[in-house]
Amino acid sequence: MKNSGGKPVLLKMVGAIQKNKDYLGEIDGLIGDGDHGMNMNKGFSLFEEEIAKKDISFTQGLNELGTLLFSRIGGSMGPIYGSIFTAMAEAGEGLDLIDAAGFAAMLDGGLKGLRDLVEAEVGDKTLIDTLAPANEALQRAVREGKSLAAALKDMKDAAEAGRDSTKDLVAKFGRSSRLGERSRGVLDAGAVSCCLILTSMAEGILEQAER
Amino acid sequence: MQRIINNPDNIVDEMLKGFVKVHGDIVTTTDNPRVLKRVNIPGGKVGVVTGGGSGHKPAFIGYIGENLCDAVAVGEICSSPTAAAFLDAFRAADQGKGVACLYGNYSGDNMNVKMAVKMAQKEGLEVKTVVANDDVASAPKDQAEKRRGVAGEVLMWKAGGARAAEGGTLDEVIAAAQKAIDHTRSIGIGLTPCTLPAVGHPNFEIKPGTMEVGIGHHGEPGIEVCPLETAAQMAERMVQAVLPDYPFTAGDEVVVLVSGLGATPVMELYVLYDEIERLITGKGISIYRSYAGNYFTSLEMMGATLTVMKLDDELKRLVDRPCYSMGLKQK
Repeated sequence: MKNSGGKPVLLKMVGAIQKNKDYLGEIDGLIGDGDHGMNMNKGFSLFEEEIAKKDISFTQGLNELGTLLFSRIGGSMGPIYGSIFTAMAEAGEGLDLIDAAGFAAMLDGGLKGLRDLVEAEVGDKTLIDTLAPANEALQRAVREGKSLAAALKDMKDAAEAGRDSTKDLVAKFGRSSRLGERSRGVLDAGAVSCCLILTSMAEGILEQAER
Repeated sequence: MQRIINNPDNIVDEMLKGFVKVHGDIVTTTDNPRVLKRVNIPGGKVGVVTGGGSGHKPAFIGYIGENLCDAVAVGEICSSPTAAAFLDAFRAADQGKGVACLYGNYSGDNMNVKMAVKMAQKEGLEVKTVVANDDVASAPKDQAEKRRGVAGEVLMWKAGGARAAEGGTLDEVIAAAQKAIDHTRSIGIGLTPCTLPAVGHPNFEIKPGTMEVGIGHHGEPGIEVCPLETAAQMAERMVQAVLPDYPFTAGDEVVVLVSGLGATPVMELYVLYDEIERLITGKGISIYRSYAGNYFTSLEMMGATLTVMKLDDELKRLVDRPCYSMGLKQK
């Protein structure tokens, strides 16, 4: 996919969050404070308004989305997704073509950006449980020389498995960690939204690449 | 939900408008609608900043004022302010001597403050932080770094704000605020849950006739749920949880702060204080200064927190310094 042609991917991510606003709120309400869907929807919808009339590349858009989340969305999700998206944009700066290797470098940058901010590890029942294995699968696929479509599929599969893994985990980080054992049996809302974002991003990139 | 609201999504902005109208002699707006600052911050002192989610009045904006905080970042209800709001609060408080950001230990606040401090550094503004962790019920003592900050934050702002007013350097202000929180322990008891107006129903449960010992300011679960007790029994539980943790012992001089959680009648806080005072002085600990009232609340939760701080000469001097804010006025 051409970087300059990435705006439909950004809009696809926005759509995925908007469509799942209530679902994200519901899961968050089980062990969190129930505002995850509302906050994500607010941030992504503000972004949608902001880019509506703009001709914007994929990396520019990610940078704008991240910056908007930093400045308009508080709580934990503003800084978490703000860090991921701005770091992804930074890692992809100057790319004309978002191919498997380029996207892999971006996602790796995004994960590193998040790790600068939070200490959560895989197994702590956070969105790291989605993002880290998804990134790992993508890097592996690129090393093995897989096609863009195959690499994105590996990433999606790993993201979904990571998301589902949070169900049986006990939260060790973030607000739900105060619940201890009571947090078991429910998906982590951040892991779910992260999976939605990665999946819609992968699908969008592939659609644009095949055009 | 029996509440005095318009559109619940606008409650924070509307509350801020009213607050500035009532307390215009103390606070004023800034270019960032989610940052309030003190009127006429004296030049040449260290800036003192805090911030947090809304719904805890008087915290956090109620502690902007003379010899307390200079600027405050305001978040949505029970949700951390943005990194941008913290950064703008640092800028608003800065008088060229650096800024002390004194806030509570919650993951959202930790992340947003961390980012804001980084951004401030890039523009040459030095910010140092103290993270309050006075709630003994939120983690065992050997994991004190995981403990939440609750009403002890008021005493941290009191000490840090007073040290800044004395002309202390950034390091001295940070040291005073850190000492204040290190010498402070708190615990809460919740009798009813609270409801976020935009959600419309309580997001945790406390059954009628029961109480939750060790509950957090956002309904985080406590140590134990038990049948509702008398004020004397509640006082006993609270004192038992707080005193041995520090530990406070005979001969110590302390500050005692009893705060309501929002919907408990203030008269009941005095009933609770009376019992607490009897128990604490009964152990040979002398109460140098005490506070009872709604100092740090959780929307319309019923219940109270007990906070005890051990004093030394410096903390005594800082606690005694007069101050003037919506939440704390002291001659």
